[in-house]
Amino acid sequence: MAKNINLKIDGITVSVPEGTTILEAARQLNIQIPTLCYHEDLCIAGNCRVCVVELKGARTLPASCAMPAAEGMDVLTNTLKVRTARKHIIELLLSEHNAQCTTCYKNGKCELQNLASEYKISNGETFIDLVPSKNYQIDAYSPSIIKDDSKCIRCQRCVRTCEELQHVSALGVAYKGDKMKISTFFENPMFEVVCTNCGQCVNRCPTGALIERNYIDQVWDAIYDENTHVVVQTAPAVRVALGEDLGVDTGEIVTGKMVTALKRLGFNSVLDTDFTADLTIIEEGNELLTRLKRALVDKDPNVRLPMATSCSPGWIKFIEHTYPEYLDNLSTCKSPQQMFGALAKTYYAQKRNIDPAKIVSVSIMPCTAKKFEADRPEMRSSGFKDVDFVLTTRELAVMIKQAGLDFAKLPESDYDSIMGQSTGAAVIFGATGGVMEAALRTAYEVVTGREVPFDGLNITAVRGMDGVREAAITIDGTKPEWNFLEGVTLKTVVAHGLVNAKKVMDSVRDGKADYHFIEIMACPGGCLGGGGQPVPTNKEIREKRAKAIYQEDTGKSIRKSHENPEVVGIYAEFLKEPLGHKSHELLHTHYKARQRY
Amino acid sequence: MSYTQLKRVDLIFDTEATTKDILQTAWSKTNEQIVNELLESGLKGRGGAGFPTAMKWKFTSEQPEKERFVICNADEGEPGTFKDREILFKVPQKVFGGMAVCAKVIGATQGFVYLRGEYRFLLKELQKQLDDFHGILKDLGINFSISIVMGSGAYICGEESALFESMEGKRGEPRNKPPYPTIAGFRSKPTVINNVETLVYAFMITKHGAKKFKDLGTADSRGSKVFSISGDTPKAGIYELELGMTVEQFVEEFGDGDTKAVQVGGASGFCVPRKKFKDTIIGFEGVPTGGSMMLFNSSRSMYNVLHNYLEFFEEESCGQCTPCRVGCQQLMKGIEAVKKGKKHAAYLEQLMKLSQTMKITAKCGLGQSVANSFSSIVENFKEEMIY
Repeated sequence: MAKNINLKIDGITVSVPEGTTILEAARQLNIQIPTLCYHEDLCIAGNCRVCVVELKGARTLPASCAMPAAEGMDVLTNTLKVRTARKHIIELLLSEHNAQCTTCYKNGKCELQNLASEYKISNGETFIDLVPSKNYQIDAYSPSIIKDDSKCIRCQRCVRTCEELQHVSALGVAYKGDKMKISTFFENPMFEVVCTNCGQCVNRCPTGALIERNYIDQVWDAIYDENTHVVVQTAPAVRVALGEDLGVDTGEIVTGKMVTALKRLGFNSVLDTDFTADLTIIEEGNELLTRLKRALVDKDPNVRLPMATSCSPGWIKFIEHTYPEYLDNLSTCKSPQQMFGALAKTYYAQKRNIDPAKIVSVSIMPCTAKKFEADRPEMRSSGFKDVDFVLTTRELAVMIKQAGLDFAKLPESDYDSIMGQSTGAAVIFGATGGVMEAALRTAYEVVTGREVPFDGLNITAVRGMDGVREAAITIDGTKPEWNFLEGVTLKTVVAHGLVNAKKVMDSVRDGKADYHFIEIMACPGGCLGGGGQPVPTNKEIREKRAKAIYQEDTGKSIRKSHENPEVVGIYAEFLKEPLGHKSHELLHTHYKARQRY
Repeated sequence: MSYTQLKRVDLIFDTEATTKDILQTAWSKTNEQIVNELLESGLKGRGGAGFPTAMKWKFTSEQPEKERFVICNADEGEPGTFKDREILFKVPQKVFGGMAVCAKVIGATQGFVYLRGEYRFLLKELQKQLDDFHGILKDLGINFSISIVMGSGAYICGEESALFESMEGKRGEPRNKPPYPTIAGFRSKPTVINNVETLVYAFMITKHGAKKFKDLGTADSRGSKVFSISGDTPKAGIYELELGMTVEQFVEEFGDGDTKAVQVGGASGFCVPRKKFKDTIIGFEGVPTGGSMMLFNSSRSMYNVLHNYLEFFEEESCGQCTPCRVGCQQLMKGIEAVKKGKKHAAYLEQLMKLSQTMKITAKCGLGQSVANSFSSIVENFKEEMIY
């Protein structure tokens, strides 16, 4: 039991557990101290210094984010000394910063801009503009992320994100003094380094230094082009976060409003990635069962277990770079986005009698890595680029605002058909553990003919926000054709955030784990915490989004992927059988090893 | 000119007693005795910051964590300082000896010398001396060993927490404090990190007892200190002098008769102009110094002096915290703009205010001191900045 510390902040006494910082203690008192380098998800850097406070008896002004509260401290947050210092610091940051705010993608959403506005950095003589002497570079080669050093304030949130949350360290600090900058290995473009395009850095960059490459104008062009048929798919996690950028409370489900908005924007057909999430479960579930059979019955030495999910493109690029020897452990299933893209220009085109060459396929994703994924050479199995443009949740919010829609007041509508129907199992793909849960709901039932033995189909063991979660389910009462699984305990593990993926993969590599099935999502919390989701992000926000996702699942009339009528339909009419010829052609792929440097 | 009112001292370079003798003396004492003698002597850190050495050792020895380290900070990078180089060259075994005594007190078995990258030429001889020293330790049955770690040339790595980061193979950037090194230093273990000179004094105090040291100097600045004297002086070099002298006394002995200013403590120290020589004591009660004393005569442009310092800091700031990274650039570009008439002279006032902010908001001791030379030079030589 930690002991309590008593201190005074602006004359108000507060008691906090030992180890609490001054910043945290002040927040308990609803005293707002400005921050820039501080982020709840990351370790303390204490380098921007904008959170300085006055500590009676101390010569210097400590950074409140880095200073632990101590017994008897007398802290002042709003003295002339503090105000002058903070103003100086903001002015210094601005002097190094390309402050062409009006043409900046982050205009209106920039933490530095907000502080400049709050502290009224406008009168008097300003410091010398250092930008012209800096030779700043823009790295705009990546299909996912644009890095503009001229907007960077060196807070190193991105560096800490990349290292602490993702164990990627594509971004690091280079040089010192006035030349200090955030850079990559050998200053190569982001496109050519180990960057997984996860966009967690983008989510945490306080300014416009790291942003997603946006395709808003291209999508508008497609919509306005009368010769095209523009289909749009929406990922599961978008519907529980989009509202945050459009004046709706965090954690509110906005599926119906979003569908209405997309229709009003002019998309010809508003469809759902959830449909292909359900399809993924059928393909991937069957793939897992096939691998288990080959391992247990055929004793095939070439079968690779554990099998790992392949939905998360950040995870795919991570394994390509970091554990290439395990690429064959990946499920061969494409991600739901790419399955959708391949089917949009084949199955959908046929059914709707549209020339696939005229289809523009757009996806709305909580993700920046999906932009990279759509550009992969592997993703052209329809004969065209399967997904033409990927927009993040944030970009969709921009389009909705541009179209003048009052989102909060929009009526609700249903998805179009075909490829618009989904189940509760699909929507939970948006949360960490969701793919696992959805797969178990289906696989268990395929094998035993009975529903998974959990109250209300809720497999709570795989839910939650712990970084690595193991769960085991013993199969009994199998159908005759699956009797080789009788009594088998299926061992599964779920990890989110690549730092946790590393833990799982290391234990697999070191022979410390005997899992059958691994679910990995690159982003903290799964897709709901994706790099394309509204900013800010923190644990509380991610938990609210997760709650909404499970609420959406519970509210669905169908909650098991194999019961999705459109999924049943596509097998009857088009794919014929799971893992069949057509599936292999359109829905499955393989990835190649990449070098780490 | 009369030869010396200043008292020369010979504690550092004296080689009367052998390392082995002093180690034996040390090992005949209890740890408490050693700490008490150090405390009694009033020895403060000779790197510049002046923290009481005995307290550092005591705090570290009291930590619950048993794995502890002693580190000799030989990253002597302050412009105008070259006394550690001389100490390491002439009496390396006394440095090692100081580390061994510290190790005894804090219960460490491993020590490190973090050697400035530019001092690589010392390494070969230093390693040889270290091997001999290890031999002595073996003879005496003392379980302690020292490794020499090379720095890579970054000034900031002389800052103790940046030095730990560098030793751990990371980018040399200062850490947040607290926690202090006595609690979490190298590899987050309790660590004593002392300047080269401090360790030698600690060693000699163990030999002589507190009195010989304490009798020298003033109440706030006990003992003697090794000075690196350079600039417009006929007697540039290394001198061990009793503390407590005024700048005037110093200039009388070392000046060239035309001294206009003395920069005490190197580029991160303070500039003392002629009119303040008389009232300024060199020591913790006046202007502290890590040893650097640079004399400037009337032929020197103080603008050029300051510009040179700022250029140095602009490059040598680690770059992580805003006040130091951007502040240094603004101070340098600012004096250039005033000099060229691109900014009004009143802009210097704005920069003075900025320098105050830098002193109280920078993350580390270096960042807090980079503006010292700016404020003291601009305050005293304003006209040279403008015209």
